[in-house]
Amino acid sequence: MQRIGDAPRVRRLLVFLAVALSALFLLLPLVAIFAQAFAQGVGVFWSNVSNEYTVAAIGLTLFIALLTIPICLVFGVALAWLVTRFTFPGRRILQTLIDIPFAVSPVVAGLIYLLLYGRTGWLGSWLDGYDIQLMFAWPGILMVTIFVTCPFVARELIPLMQAQGSREEEAAVTLGAPGWTVFRRVTLPNIRWALLYGVILTNARAVGEFGAVSVVSGAIRGQTNTLPLHLEQLYQDYNTVGAFASASLLALIALLTLVAKASLEWRAARREVHT
Amino acid sequence: MITLATRAGSAPKRVLPGFGLSLGISLMFISLVLLLPLTGLFGQLAGLSLAEYWAIITEGRVVASYVVTIGAAAVAALVNGAFGLLLAWVLVRYDFPGKRLLDALMDLPFALPTAVAGITLATLYSSNGWMGRLLEPLGFQVAYTWVGIALAMAFTSIPFVVRTVQPVLEDLPHEVDEAALTLGASDGTAFRRVILPHLWPALVTGTGLAFVRSLGEFGAIIFIAGNMPYETEITALMIFVKLQEYDYVGASAIASVVLFVSLALLLVINIWQGRFIKRLHGGAG
Amino acid sequence: MQLLSTVRRIALAVALGASLATPALAAEREILNSSYDIARELFSAINPEFRDWWQAEQGEEIAIQQSHGGSSAQARAILQGLRADVVTYNQVTDVQVLADAGLVAEDWQQQLPNNASPYYSTTAFLVRKDNPKGIESWDDLVREDVKMVFPNPKTSGNGRYTYLAAWGFAQQHFDGDEEQIHDFMRTFLRNVAVFDTGGRGATTSFIERGIGDVLISFESEVNNIRGEYGQDDYEVIVPPVSILAEFPVAVVEPNAERNGTQDLAQAYVEYLYSEEAQRMLANFNYRVHHEAIVEEFADQFPETELLRVEDIVGSWEQAMDEHFAGGALLDQLQRR
Repeated sequence: MQRIGDAPRVRRLLVFLAVALSALFLLLPLVAIFAQAFAQGVGVFWSNVSNEYTVAAIGLTLFIALLTIPICLVFGVALAWLVTRFTFPGRRILQTLIDIPFAVSPVVAGLIYLLLYGRTGWLGSWLDGYDIQLMFAWPGILMVTIFVTCPFVARELIPLMQAQGSREEEAAVTLGAPGWTVFRRVTLPNIRWALLYGVILTNARAVGEFGAVSVVSGAIRGQTNTLPLHLEQLYQDYNTVGAFASASLLALIALLTLVAKASLEWRAARREVHT
Repeated sequence: MITLATRAGSAPKRVLPGFGLSLGISLMFISLVLLLPLTGLFGQLAGLSLAEYWAIITEGRVVASYVVTIGAAAVAALVNGAFGLLLAWVLVRYDFPGKRLLDALMDLPFALPTAVAGITLATLYSSNGWMGRLLEPLGFQVAYTWVGIALAMAFTSIPFVVRTVQPVLEDLPHEVDEAALTLGASDGTAFRRVILPHLWPALVTGTGLAFVRSLGEFGAIIFIAGNMPYETEITALMIFVKLQEYDYVGASAIASVVLFVSLALLLVINIWQGRFIKRLHGGAG
Repeated sequence: MQLLSTVRRIALAVALGASLATPALAAEREILNSSYDIARELFSAINPEFRDWWQAEQGEEIAIQQSHGGSSAQARAILQGLRADVVTYNQVTDVQVLADAGLVAEDWQQQLPNNASPYYSTTAFLVRKDNPKGIESWDDLVREDVKMVFPNPKTSGNGRYTYLAAWGFAQQHFDGDEEQIHDFMRTFLRNVAVFDTGGRGATTSFIERGIGDVLISFESEVNNIRGEYGQDDYEVIVPPVSILAEFPVAVVEPNAERNGTQDLAQAYVEYLYSEEAQRMLANFNYRVHHEAIVEEFADQFPETELLRVEDIVGSWEQAMDEHFAGGALLDQLQRR
């Protein structure tokens, strides 16, 4: 079957352009990071990675990401369903509100949480009375991470679900299928990949967030230091190799989630062929 | 593929379930996570008179930073619009060795802490870096100029365009292509006339998001910007300066300008997108 | 296997993520030292010594936690509830902010010797091998052929010291003639090649990007940088006139009280004045007050006239209001 842009010449040109530009623009920085991380050999890299504080930072970072993803997932799906399947007054406003995190620079995002939940904030001082401390502990880090990552899933789903329309779902409902079944059997298979993209973006951003987290973390070594904060600290200390070793770990986490996605896709494709 | 999302507008009866649940979750989340913390920002501003607010946000150095930030962000967004479309197209339509790697690379800018991106880009594009060494003899200086700022912005925001366009492009049925080609249109014409109209909403959204994201970016930019007063200072740096001085009010004031501009832009994009889809399908249907 | 054990430790750390943040259940008392961003290695060296010393004196096992970041950001965190027991900063203003909020004793500068600064430094120059531009003092920096790198006075205490040191020199040099001082400062600021937000960024610009002929930073820093990047490739120049940069310490009383660590926190800041601690500080290229140590390290720290911020501009408050605030002198001098 003939498709637009299938002519070998066009195809080669476009692929070449995309690959060349990406190599310059995206791959080169990645290579530079790994080059710096291994500048003094594998031994130095490894001793930096297995350092007790690095391990604690990796642990905290993954812990925060694992909590962030399901929360953002539920919210993203609910919101996308809401704004693409129903019309109601205020729909556009609602859709714009979820973009707030994009509109707020990360440091300001951290700051507004600090001003609210910090010692002098109105909610923070009330909580302080019960000796509950959210800021400078993992709950604070989790809160700002959710703030900066919550639009991704919704943002991925909305254009797709809008384009797909709701005819299939309406048909299923008309045939008497219960709501959850419709969602699971009709909607989910259609939005599967966009959902996965959303999760991957959420994960990537949750793992790499620096600005907002730095404001609310307190950066206590081994306790509230996430990997990006730890990295910054190493860089300040002139431990460039250590800093880039941490950076390469973050890049690796991103690449791993992508490999996971790719293998899921591949398996799904194979199953479809079999059935 | 023709959406019925607009039909609910004409027919008030809702066929699909889950309105209450999804509305409840969305509203609760938006109020608790997004709106409640913003009260902190406006709480800071409440103590300012309008004149004081105006004086803070129109201070000479701050105004110069708006110009730098918006200019660089616009360039970055436009470049990303074209580059992102190309990448999305290649990733969706073609099979070639290394495609998985290329796909994986797209998310790199999100995963890297922005400061790492900034340091790395500054390393590459300064006059003794891998790229700088090639570009500088050609009289093209990137690091410590506004080009460097635009570059850092483009780097951190490229996934927005690619990842917004990609799913829509994937979802485009084969018939669209076939119809156009059967009618004998050339690749270029077919793309412009048939494919692009479907991609517009996603492309504009992605580019818009990239632009907005660039307005607030700090970590990736400061290392490559040079930060010369009135020339290469970005607005996020002005906010940072105020924070260093414990001037939360000043920081909040400048942050609120960025916030309003960004939100207004996003609202325009969303409204336009809605209209566009309506018109597209209304006209075609 | 090493890899496996690390993976297991990471998994454990993830599982324990929640417990990481809850206060330690161990009977062991611990204090948190909130410090500036380039002091991690310094306190990593001092803390074990203090722990051993406390153990020997009191027979008690203790733990010391560290938190590092930009001095102002660190103070902001404490203002908003970070429960640090002691602060060790590189700017007097950042401790003063805590004192103004009632978190540090009002007379904190009188509570410990030398304005509560166990160590100090000054602003010095790092130049490239053999000092090709022949830079010796501040007036060499306004020459047309000289380009400098130092952090932005707007964002960095380090940069503010550099600005004030140049101002102090100009005051002396031009005998207080305001117009000439302003001209000098205008040229001085125009010769800056890059304004990084912090000291570390400025170092990177100078060393790794090869920008500028001279890097201006704390004497301790330029010495550490030289040690780090090659003794032979760079030279340290301490100008004949410079500024006194104090590194203040204090106990955050409400937090120490809450944590039940008042005695520990107090002992910790006092320990920084002990001979052992002062030797370690000197090893990290900070100037100290302990006489025996001063003598021991006499070669390392050239004599120079150190102006106090108070002598140059009256007080830190005045410096902030008249020079660094939005629209104040610094902004005016940089206008083009």
